[in-house]
Order: sequence, then C-alpha cells, then structure tokens
Amino acid sequence: MAVKILVNGEVITAFLEGELDHHTAAIMRKEIDSAIDKYMPSLLIMDFKDISFMDSSGIGLVMGRYKLLSKNGAELHITNTTPQIYKVMRLAGMERLAKIDKGVN
Amino acid sequence: MVKNEMKMTILSKSSNESYARVAVAAFISQLDPTIEEINDIKTAVSEAVTNCIVHAYKDCVGKIYITVSLSDQNVVVIKIRDRGCGIKDVKKAREPLFTTGGEERAGLGFAVMESFMDRLNVRSRENIGTTVSMIKKLAYRV
Repeated sequence: MAVKILVNGEVITAFLEGELDHHTAAIMRKEIDSAIDKYMPSLLIMDFKDISFMDSSGIGLVMGRYKLLSKNGAELHITNTTPQIYKVMRLAGMERLAKIDKGVN
Repeated sequence: MVKNEMKMTILSKSSNESYARVAVAAFISQLDPTIEEINDIKTAVSEAVTNCIVHAYKDCVGKIYITVSLSDQNVVVIKIRDRGCGIKDVKKAREPLFTTGGEERAGLGFAVMESFMDRLNVRSRENIGTTVSMIKKLAYRV
C-alpha cells in the first residue's frame, strides 16, 4: 500500500509511503483520486512523513490534486516534508498553491 | 584525473528508476558526501532517467547508459545517455514548466537537474538520442 487514507468529516488525510517517483506516483494518484471522488472533501492533507525520496513526479502529483480540488473549491495542505522534499517543493513554487508544513512532527 | 569510474546499462522501465539513483548514490558514497549532496544527486539522476523513460523511449523500451566518474578533486561527473527519439528544441525543453508529458508531469526535470547540480549540459539529436552530463563538486571534507 503506497497510500493510507484517513477520513474525518470533510477532511481527508492521505499518508504517503515509500519513494515518490514517476513509477509510484501513478499508483498514489489513483488511490487519492478515488478517495476525493468518494468523499468530496473540503480539505485534503497530503502527509509526507513516510516518503523517503521524492523527485519532480511528486510535484506533478501535488499539482494535479490541487487542480482537482480547486474545481470543487476545496483546499490542499502539505505536511511533514523532509529537507529533501521541501527543497523540491520550493523549487517548484508549491507554497503558492498549498500550505506547507516543514519538518516532521 | 579520474580516480574511479562505473558504467551501467538499464532498460527504460519505470521500475528501474529507484535502482538507478540508488546505485549511483552507492558508488559516490566512497567520497563521503553529505546527506544533502547525496539527495541532490539522487534527485537529479532520477529526473534524467525518468526523462529517458517518459520521453526518449516513449513508445518502446530501450537502453539507458549511465556513467559516473569521480576525480581526485571530489568532482562527480554523471552521464546519462539514450538512443531514443531526441529532443527537437533543447532550449525550450530546459525551460521550467515546459512539458510534452501531459497533465501529471510538472515540466521541472531539467530545472531540478540544473539547480541541484553545479553544471548541466544537454546534447541531443532527433532520432539519434540524448546525452545529459551533470557535474557536482562535493565540499572538501577533512
């Protein structure tokens, strides 16, 4: 399982696991999108605590989900980013689209 | 002067992306890089290999040739070559956010390589292939 989904009212948290690259992004996308479809959240939290590596495929994943949520007026938060992940996020200007929590809680 | 060198060839299957970056990182570890340096190199290699899979060999499976050289001065040179379709306009391809990869691709591959490494050189010819050369000088460690 690459993604664990936790539903709490209108808030969905997606706990991502493992390495996030072009190979795994497709699998994660399917699981997150089916949860968005099913629960129509007002907020999606993507939790990166258990992601050990991420390249720009992760940016594609975040941007794609952001666009999907925006259509429904919903928000996106990104949480528990390691320094490596944050560096890629910042290069991509992700903080303009979503609230990003640095560091691992 | 080249102190050490490794070459490897992998098939352009997405399941090899992880192996490629981990193998390169393991080879470089003999220079005692910092965690940040290792992460930068892994990310850049991942981008270059993904480009070969997503773009160069878009409709087929081909070979990706990776060479890593280490010099006496703690300089890492990584070459990632394919014999795929080539890039029509390299300048355009290197622009951040430009992509021909569709909705789920961010168009940031070359931007990441450029920013995480010290030098990036891209040579490409249509229907011949592409060679990406990346250089990173590791901080001198006592």
